[in-house]
Amino acid sequence: MLSRLLLKQRSVLPGFNLALGFTLLYLSLIVLLPLSAAFIKSSGMTLQAFIDAVSSPRVLASYRLTFGASLAAALVNAVFGLLVAWVLVRQQLPGKRIVDALVDLPFALPTAVAGIALTALYAQNGWIGQFLPFKVAFTPVGVFVALVFIGLPFVVRTLQPVLEDLDRSVEEAAATLGASRAQTFFKVVLPVLMPALLTGFTLAFARALGEYGSVIFIAGNLPMVSEITPLLIITRLEQYDYQGATAIAVVMLVASFVLLLLINALQAWTRRRQGATT
Amino acid sequence: MSSVLPVSPVPLGAALPRPAAARRKKAQARQRWINALLAGVALLFLTLFLFVPLVSVFVQAFAKGVDVYLDAITHPDALAAVKLTLLAAVISVPLNLVFGVAAAWAIAKFDFRGKSVLITLIDLPFSVSPVIAGLIYVLVFGLQGWLGPWLRDHDLKIIFAVPGIVLATVFVTFPFVARELIPLMQAQGKEQEEAALVLGASGWQTFWHVTVPNVKWALLYGVILCNARAMGEFGAVSVVSGHIRSQTNTMPLHIEILYNEYQFAAAFAVASLLAGLALVTLVLKALVERRVKAELRAQQAAEAGA
Repeated sequence: MLSRLLLKQRSVLPGFNLALGFTLLYLSLIVLLPLSAAFIKSSGMTLQAFIDAVSSPRVLASYRLTFGASLAAALVNAVFGLLVAWVLVRQQLPGKRIVDALVDLPFALPTAVAGIALTALYAQNGWIGQFLPFKVAFTPVGVFVALVFIGLPFVVRTLQPVLEDLDRSVEEAAATLGASRAQTFFKVVLPVLMPALLTGFTLAFARALGEYGSVIFIAGNLPMVSEITPLLIITRLEQYDYQGATAIAVVMLVASFVLLLLINALQAWTRRRQGATT
Repeated sequence: MSSVLPVSPVPLGAALPRPAAARRKKAQARQRWINALLAGVALLFLTLFLFVPLVSVFVQAFAKGVDVYLDAITHPDALAAVKLTLLAAVISVPLNLVFGVAAAWAIAKFDFRGKSVLITLIDLPFSVSPVIAGLIYVLVFGLQGWLGPWLRDHDLKIIFAVPGIVLATVFVTFPFVARELIPLMQAQGKEQEEAALVLGASGWQTFWHVTVPNVKWALLYGVILCNARAMGEFGAVSVVSGHIRSQTNTMPLHIEILYNEYQFAAAFAVASLLAGLALVTLVLKALVERRVKAELRAQQAAEAGA
C-alpha cells in the first residue's frame, strides 16, 4: 500500500511498509494530532476574541520581552560563539577537550537546575551579582542572561565543523597578497562562515523564544515588565482561560514554524557553500 | 588565522635582510598576543556562563552541610520524584528509540515521495516551546479537552497524573534518536544490506547483523541525549503535572517547589543529582561522539576507495 503509493523505485530491501507506517502513525499520534488541537481550539474563537487574546497590553509586553531578550541573547551568542568555536578549532590549549565537552552543558543540564543556579549567582548577594553595579536577577536583564546560557552551544556546534573545513591556505593567500588581519577576517573568512553563523544564530533565537525553565526563576515574572510569553500561557491556563492560552500558543507556534523553515533554508545554504568550497 | 604570516620565498634567518627579520619577529609576537587575548576572552566567557553556574550547584548543595544534603535527597518526596523521573525516562526513551530506528530505516534505505517533509516534521518538537508541548496534551486529554469527558466517564486520568507526564516527556524527546541515526544511515547507503539479502539472510537477520552493528554508536549517542532531556524536562511536565507532592512531581518539579519554599540547600541538593547526571552525559557524549566520527570517516574513506 504505502510502497505502491510513495516509493519512487522498487527496492529489494524489506520493511518499508512497516517502518514508514509505524513512523507516520507514531508521528501523528504524538506530534501532529496534539499540535492540531491548538489550531482547532483557537479556530473555535471569533476573530475579535482571538485578536483581543493575543494583543492585550500584557501579552504585547510579553512579546516585546521574549523577542527582544531572545534577539539580544542570540546576537551575543553569535559573537562569543564564533570566538569560542574559533579558539577551540584553531588554538592549542591545555584541557581543550574538557572545555569542548563543557560547551554542551546547556544541552545536558536540566533547565530548572540552570535556572536556580543562575538566579543564585546573579542575585544581589550572589557570587557574580554582588560585583555588578546594576540588578540582574528579577529584571529583564536576568531573562537575557538565562537565554545567553541556553543558546551558546547552538552557535558553537554549528560553526565548529565549518571552521574545521576552512582551508587555511585561503587566509594565507589573502595575507600574502597584502591583506591585513581585519581585512582577511571580514572579506575572506566571515563570508564563508556566514551561512553557518546565521544558522546558529537562528537556532539560538528559536530556542530562546520557547525557553521556560531557566528563565522563570531569574525573571521575577512581573506582569508588563519581566513576564515571558510562555509563562503567560501557563498563567492563562491556571485561570482556566484555555482559549486565551491557546490563542497565544498559536502565535508562538506560527513564529516557531517560520523559524524552522528559515533554519532549513539556511542549512541547505550552508551545505551548498561547503560543497562548493571542498 | 594563527598562521597568517607573509610567506617569504627566502629561507629563514641568514639570507633575510635585518629589518625584515625584525619586522617578522615583531609581527609574530603581536600575533601571539592577539591569540592569547582572544583565547582569554573566550575562556572568561565560558567560565562565567558555564563553569561557575555548574560549580555553584554543588557548592550550594553542600552549603548547609552534608546532613542537610543527605536529608534532602533521602526525603520521601525526593525519592518519589526520583522514581517518577526514572519511570518517565524508562518509558519514553525506548519508545523514541524504536521510532527513531523505524524512521531512519524508511528515510535512509528508501527513496519515496515527501521524504524531506517527513524529516522536517520529525524535527518539529524541537522548535515547539515546552510549555506549548504541555498545553496541547491538556487540550486533548484535559477535562475540557477532546477526550476529557470520555476519560472521566471511564475513570481514567491522564492530565495531572503520571500518563500525562510520560506523554509530555515522549513529545519533547521525540526527535533525538531519529536525528542521530538518519544522517549516518543515509551516508552508509544500502549496499551492505542488499548484499546480505542476496546472500540469503532474512530481513530481520540483515537488520540485526548488518544495520545495527553499523550504527550502534550513533544509536547509543541518541539514547544518551534522549535520556538526559527526558530526566531534565521541566516546562512541558510542569503544565501537565498538577504538582501533587510525591505523586506527580518529577525531580525538576520537586526542585522548583523546594526553591519556592526557600529551602535553597535542599533544592540545590536535588539539583546536584541532575547536574551529576548532566556531567555523566557530557563524558559519555564526548566518548561516543569520537566513535561516531570515526565511523563516519571510515565510511567516507571506504566510499572514496570504492
